[in-house]
Amino acid sequence: MADAVFRITDLRKSFGPTQVLSGVSIELHAGEVTVLMGANGAGKSTLVRIVSGVYERDGGTITLNGKDFAPTSPAEAIRAGVVTVHQNINDGVVVTLDVATNLTLDRLNGAGAKFLYNPRRVRRQARDVAARMGLDVDLDAEIGKLSLADRQMVAIARAMAHEPKVLILDEPTSSLSSAEANRLFSVIDRLRGRGVAILYISHRMSDIRRLADRIVSLRDGRITGLFDIKPLDYEGAVNAMLGQKINLSQVAVKDADKTVFSVENLSLAEQARPFSLKLGDGEIVAITGLVGVGKTAFAETLFGVRRPLSGTMNLRGKAYAPHSTADAIIQGVFLVAKDRAENGIVKDFNVYENMSLPFLDRISRFGVSRRRAERAVARAAIADLGIVCRTERDDMATLSGGNQQKTMVARWMSQPANLFILDEPFQGVDIAARRDIAAKLRASAAGRATLIFVTEIDEALETADRILVMSEHTIVGEHRNAEVDIDRLLAEIAGQPVRSARNDILQAHP
Amino acid sequence: MTLRDFAIKYGFIALLLGLIVFFTLATDGFASPQAAVFIFQSVAITGVLALGVTATLVVGGFDLSIGSVATTAMMAAAYAMVVLEQNALVAVVICLVIGVLVGLINGYLIVYMRVPDLLATLGMMFLLVGLQRIPTEGRSIATGMTMPDGSVANGTFSPAFLALGRHRFDFFIPNLIPVSVVVLLILAALIWFFLEYTRFGRMMYAVGSNPKAAELAGAPVKAYKIWAYVISGVFASIGGILLAARLGRGDIASGNNLLLDSVAAALIGFAVLGAAKPNAFGTAIGALFVGVLLQGLTMMNAPYYTQDFVKGAVLVVALVFTFALSNRGRS
Repeated sequence: MADAVFRITDLRKSFGPTQVLSGVSIELHAGEVTVLMGANGAGKSTLVRIVSGVYERDGGTITLNGKDFAPTSPAEAIRAGVVTVHQNINDGVVVTLDVATNLTLDRLNGAGAKFLYNPRRVRRQARDVAARMGLDVDLDAEIGKLSLADRQMVAIARAMAHEPKVLILDEPTSSLSSAEANRLFSVIDRLRGRGVAILYISHRMSDIRRLADRIVSLRDGRITGLFDIKPLDYEGAVNAMLGQKINLSQVAVKDADKTVFSVENLSLAEQARPFSLKLGDGEIVAITGLVGVGKTAFAETLFGVRRPLSGTMNLRGKAYAPHSTADAIIQGVFLVAKDRAENGIVKDFNVYENMSLPFLDRISRFGVSRRRAERAVARAAIADLGIVCRTERDDMATLSGGNQQKTMVARWMSQPANLFILDEPFQGVDIAARRDIAAKLRASAAGRATLIFVTEIDEALETADRILVMSEHTIVGEHRNAEVDIDRLLAEIAGQPVRSARNDILQAHP
Repeated sequence: MTLRDFAIKYGFIALLLGLIVFFTLATDGFASPQAAVFIFQSVAITGVLALGVTATLVVGGFDLSIGSVATTAMMAAAYAMVVLEQNALVAVVICLVIGVLVGLINGYLIVYMRVPDLLATLGMMFLLVGLQRIPTEGRSIATGMTMPDGSVANGTFSPAFLALGRHRFDFFIPNLIPVSVVVLLILAALIWFFLEYTRFGRMMYAVGSNPKAAELAGAPVKAYKIWAYVISGVFASIGGILLAARLGRGDIASGNNLLLDSVAAALIGFAVLGAAKPNAFGTAIGALFVGVLLQGLTMMNAPYYTQDFVKGAVLVVALVFTFALSNRGRS
């Protein structure tokens, strides 16, 4: 199309050996909202950072109104007319300053900025900025006292004062309530009407339905789908984003016999429908759903990090209500937390010290740790899971992502579990390591219940006996992994009102 | 092993040996048992304090109140014996209780009140510097002093207490090793074993490196942090007991260098053997390093301000070793 205001062609970016963007091409048109969908790690943030001048690209071209666009700093990108509102709202405002100063903050820097700070001039400019956006907040209020939505409006209003041609919104509703989100949507409508080309990054289906003129799906650093014919094919977009291919390694699905763990009428969030589920001995159950639908909240509830709003849990016939992670571990409930660098790896520790961490009390004698025993356990795990390292004393940083993840899994497999939970265990893991981990989970499944939380459907199909779908902090669908109706699964993930299908499930599993 | 690796690992030990050789050649009597013991004695108190602050560094915190805890303990011991006329045991117990209390308060402020560690312990430092002078209205405590109410304090430091600072054990040569050096060596061995070989020590390192991961591995992170400050407080109060026993009075002017010297020792410890993390062995070597340096400079008749300058320079170099040369300090 000739009328693209902003055109990204064959954009490439690598960090070390990892190629994050491998040839991404996107066009943005004036007066249109283009939605970019992508799972975690698909490369969305990297794309945003390149366009907003934070990162330098490795290859590819970007043009703005036909002219080459290569910002070397965020300020330069803004001057050129490409404005980005970042996901973390508080990154966009200075919480200790008042609204007026925040609205004009960018005018305090750069060429032409006055040396003296004149409060009257600032207020006058701030009033202009606010009026142009129809922003109705007290200019004297301190930002810290405003709601998140108001803070975001301030950030957007400031951005719009530059009359940008391109506006990039990175998951702007991730911390807003639905009423607040609606206010944001009407602002976006107004900007669209004014001819701004908008790139809207989100995986919230309700946002996307409300706003999208076109949808682009990003997966593993590549564009996997472009949808611009109305009515938009939302399921197709989800499919392209999650990359459901015909699963290669069909698992031999087992049906569980006796129940190990169950939850009754568990409620994870206000207004979320309570749900119940049962997990059987030797069974691997995958819970899938988009980011932010409550998967991690559920995992953390099971592991004693947070408490459910209501409902009960039951482990091997006894009531289960862990008051701490230590309590959960004692009762044999283990969690391989998502994002290993943040929540798993102690980077000053070597491989065997990382593996023994939760069970030091069991390995120690009179409080004195027994390194020989720790190392023996680690060596066995290294051989068992095929962890590639020189010795068990290697630094964690020398291991590849897949091997780091294997170490995290091995950490929790060194002791018998009643309920073994893995939250996004395949994130940032190469395909070979992913297969190894899944095979190991399946081979060792007997004697415990295993629950994995995954965003990507492939990972569920490759690993689980049963697949549950989570949406809006509750379970909305269930599939036996032998006869999965992919269309229904995708519809459930996308939160489509497929009443008939959902009623079937509810009737089958009252 | 490249030259760079070698430098990171053994650089500081080599520097220490080099210093000893240099001072031996440059001065008379540096390399004698008596001089060695003198060095140990001079670093005994800062060494004890440094070992305590190492515990807080391990959990990712910092304790700036150690110097004032030590002087507060010193003043309390003197007050207990001279004014209240108590015996040595009571004085020691009072000091240790002060150490525990201050540690608990520091830990509480940092863990539950979310005051940043540097600020909480800085506040505690000022508080204690003032507190220790209130009972005597800012005067030093010695037998025969006049109290604010006009009475005269007639108590004395008990001989048993003074022995902690003045008694010397025979070691090949009669009357060689002072009690304070023995205390330092025992505490160093204890904290080293605790940090390296018990599960509690290992967990403290985990808490310092990645508290989120430690918590998700079942560690009571808050409790570990508080315990670290209690260890620091108790070690500092032991340092204060040794100081009081050496001086034989409650001297408000003493102990000014304790904080800086012991923090320097602990931070120099990062660089020893390329550990790039707080560790008890490194801290002990760091304290020794500071002691050798100061003793050598003193014997070469260097004025005190030169010594402060050299001490600061060594600390800066050690920190460069830790954070710039070794990769583990990064990210």
